[in-house]
Amino acid sequence: MSTLAYAADAAAALLLLAGALFALVGSWGLVKLGTFLKRLHGPTKSTTLGVGCVLVASMTHFALRGTPSAHELLITLCLFLTAPVSAHLMVKAALHLDPKIRPGPPPGGPAGD
Amino acid sequence: MRRWLPNPLVSLVLFLAWLLLAMSADPANLLLAAALAVAVPLATRSLAPEPARIARPAAIVRLGFVVLFDIVVANIQVARLILGPESAIRPRFVWVPLAVRDPNAIAALAGIVTMTPGTLSSDLSPDRRYLLVHAFNAPDEAALVAQIKARYEAPLLEIYR
Repeated sequence: MSTLAYAADAAAALLLLAGALFALVGSWGLVKLGTFLKRLHGPTKSTTLGVGCVLVASMTHFALRGTPSAHELLITLCLFLTAPVSAHLMVKAALHLDPKIRPGPPPGGPAGD
Repeated sequence: MRRWLPNPLVSLVLFLAWLLLAMSADPANLLLAAALAVAVPLATRSLAPEPARIARPAAIVRLGFVVLFDIVVANIQVARLILGPESAIRPRFVWVPLAVRDPNAIAALAGIVTMTPGTLSSDLSPDRRYLLVHAFNAPDEAALVAQIKARYEAPLLEIYR
């Protein structure tokens, strides 16, 4: 294996490790943090970079072996489209179930018209 | 044109997405991609708001890089906060006054705010003039609002018109 391929494989391995680490921290936040809204930040966010790292590693790995794949781009696209929607729905549900945590209306404007 | 392709941008994205999914550009897949690009927007036309009018492709690319950069930086910040003592975290809700009016642009902004770690768009005021953002750790409310407006909203104002 050429030096370049070796370096690319090493980079992919490092990216996999980094991605796994971020996913782990995100999940750890889900277990550790005290309130629902704080917990929501762990898995919706740190996992973004975690999945991103794994996808870049996957593209590197397969491009190196002569079967370049663009599926990772689609995964990224779907992730970026769906993650905000599910997070938004969960916050809405939380605000609905526990109106005490809902902040007051926006400053300087009618809240509902 | 408008009758069969009510939303050309969505059609283009669907067309390319199918080719990426199939990983080939042989005639059968091109035909299927074209069929999807026509059929899906027609079938979902009653769900969609007005089609987005987008200008300045360079601004879109620049915004994409800003968002990617912020995702990386802020992910590291959030990871550190999670691993540190929980008492150091100051979560709060912030109303961000919006200058963007286009519903598509507001949706894009809300999505970007959620994808960048540390902030979560939670609600939109009924008059669509304020976005409720939940911040994981925001000691300074004004700085957070200024950051969202300068980094994400200003480019979106250029892009959607």
